[in-house]
Amino acid sequence: MTRWIFTVLVLVALMLLAMVRLFKGPTSADRVVALDAINTLVVAAMIVLAVVFRQFIFVDVAIIYALLAFVGTLYIAKYLGGEL
Amino acid sequence: MILDALIWISLAVGLAFNALGVVGILRFPDVYTRLHADTKCTTFGSIFTSVAIVLYAGGQYFRDPEGQYETLALHTVLAVVVLAFTNATSAHAIARAAHKRGHKPAQAVCDRLEETVP
Repeated sequence: MTRWIFTVLVLVALMLLAMVRLFKGPTSADRVVALDAINTLVVAAMIVLAVVFRQFIFVDVAIIYALLAFVGTLYIAKYLGGEL
Repeated sequence: MILDALIWISLAVGLAFNALGVVGILRFPDVYTRLHADTKCTTFGSIFTSVAIVLYAGGQYFRDPEGQYETLALHTVLAVVVLAFTNATSAHAIARAAHKRGHKPAQAVCDRLEETVP
């Protein structure tokens, strides 16, 4: 059990580190890259949290989160490219 | 014992690659290299943390077949498939948008996409 909690804590620390680029990023494309990384780490952390809390429904939430984050990233990319 | 060791190795590889991806975001000079580091390393690292979950679910399934651990394993595999496809596609979309917006790669000497797609 301890190893899963340790994994989640490391993943959350990595999300906070990626947030540095999200706030600092000189261009908006850099911010989207950091947001994409945070989304991937959130999905990984959610899958591990399903084991920590013994609530396997969290994995389904992670799948839906990945799909919705994908749609959001595509919309931001379209907006940045001037096609929206 | 062997399963425990495999789970530890998968978790270590996954966390190491996730950390490398985040370090790449923080250290690389322009958006394309950051995208390169981020997409590949975080996808690979998340796949390996999920492999650890699947191994754990397999071990628990033999100990307690009524505990719905096969659901955990199957849904984790589905999440990994979704993650792999969407990460690759969104990285391509971000790179295309950055190029259309006019960001140049740092220290680049030629831009072949600019020559072919005006």
